[in-house]
Amino acid sequence: MHIKFSNRGTTLIIRINGELDHHTAEYVRQKIDSEILKSTTRNIVFDFSELSFMDSSGIGVIIGRYKNIRKLNGKAAVVNINDQIMRILNMSGILKIIPVYKSLDEAVSAVQE
Amino acid sequence: MMQPINEVKVEFISKSSNESFARIVAAAFVSQLDPTVEELTDVKTAVSEAVTNAIIHGYENSSGYVRMQCKLYTDSVEIEIEDDGKGIEDIELARQPLYTSKPELERSGMGFTVMESFMDKVDVYSEPGKGTKVVMFKTFKSLSELK
Ligand SMILES: Nc1ncnc2c1ncn2[C@@H]1O[C@H](COP(=O)(O)OP(=O)(O)OP(=O)(O)O)[C@@H](O)[C@H]1O
Ligand SMILES: [Mg+2]
Repeated sequence: MHIKFSNRGTTLIIRINGELDHHTAEYVRQKIDSEILKSTTRNIVFDFSELSFMDSSGIGVIIGRYKNIRKLNGKAAVVNINDQIMRILNMSGILKIIPVYKSLDEAVSAVQE
Repeated sequence: MMQPINEVKVEFISKSSNESFARIVAAAFVSQLDPTVEELTDVKTAVSEAVTNAIIHGYENSSGYVRMQCKLYTDSVEIEIEDDGKGIEDIELARQPLYTSKPELERSGMGFTVMESFMDKVDVYSEPGKGTKVVMFKTFKSLSELK
C-alpha cells in the first residue's frame, strides 16, 4: 500500500496503490490529511487506477476527506474506477456529491471551475 | 440442503491485518469452482465487510476470535462469519443502509448493504452480549449457466 500525490494548480491528485480496507484506511487518512495541510490544496481528485480492492471502509475515507476540503470551499472527484468500486460508490450515494469523470484532465478542470 | 463438496474452517484473532487474510482465504477456496474474476471479487468484498464488522463492532478495542467457515457446493458457496463479541441489539436497524453506530470512526453504514448486493442471501443472527453470526450464500451464475 502506498500513496502518490501530485499537484495541478489548487488540486491535489491522490493515487492509492493497493487495497483500501479498514486495515489500511488509517494510514491513507493520515497521509492525505497531512498532504492537504502542507500544500495549497483546495480540491482533490482520487485517481483509483492503481486501487485493486475497496470495501465500505473506502467510502468513509472518501467522505471524510471530502468534508475536510468542503471547509476550504473545495470540490472532489474520482477517476479510473473499476466495476466493483463503481458499484460500492453508487450504492452509497456519494457520486451525487463526488462525481466520476472519464479522465484525469476532465476531473481536474471540473473541480477547478 | 445438499451436502457440500468441500468445506474449510479458519479462526483468527481480531486484528485488522487479518481482514485481507480472510478475503484471500475465501477467494482461494472458492477458486476451486473456477468462477469469474468478478464473482471472486464479490465474495472477497462481502467477506471483508463481515470480518471488519466483527473486528470493529463485535470486539471493539478488545481481542477475540473470529471464525470463518466456507462450504462449497457444485455451483455455489455458503460463508459463515462469527464473533463472540458484543452482539447487535436491533438487527433490522443495523441492516438499514447508512445506519452506523460508529460515525466518529468514519464508518458509512454501508457494510450490510454491500454484503446483500454482492451475495444472493445474507442472514444475521445476533444477541447482545453473545456475539454475531453472518451467513451469506452465493450461486455462481457463470457455473450454473453451464449446466
Ligand atoms: N459483528 C458485529 N457485532 C456488533 N455489531 C455489529 C456487527 N456487525 C454490524 N454491527 C452493527 O451494525 C451496524 C451496521 O453495520 P454496517 O457494516 O452496515 O455499517 P458500519 O460497519 O457501521 O459502516 P461501514 O461498514 O460502512 O464502514 C454497525 O454500525 C454496528 O452497530
Ligand atoms: Mg461495516
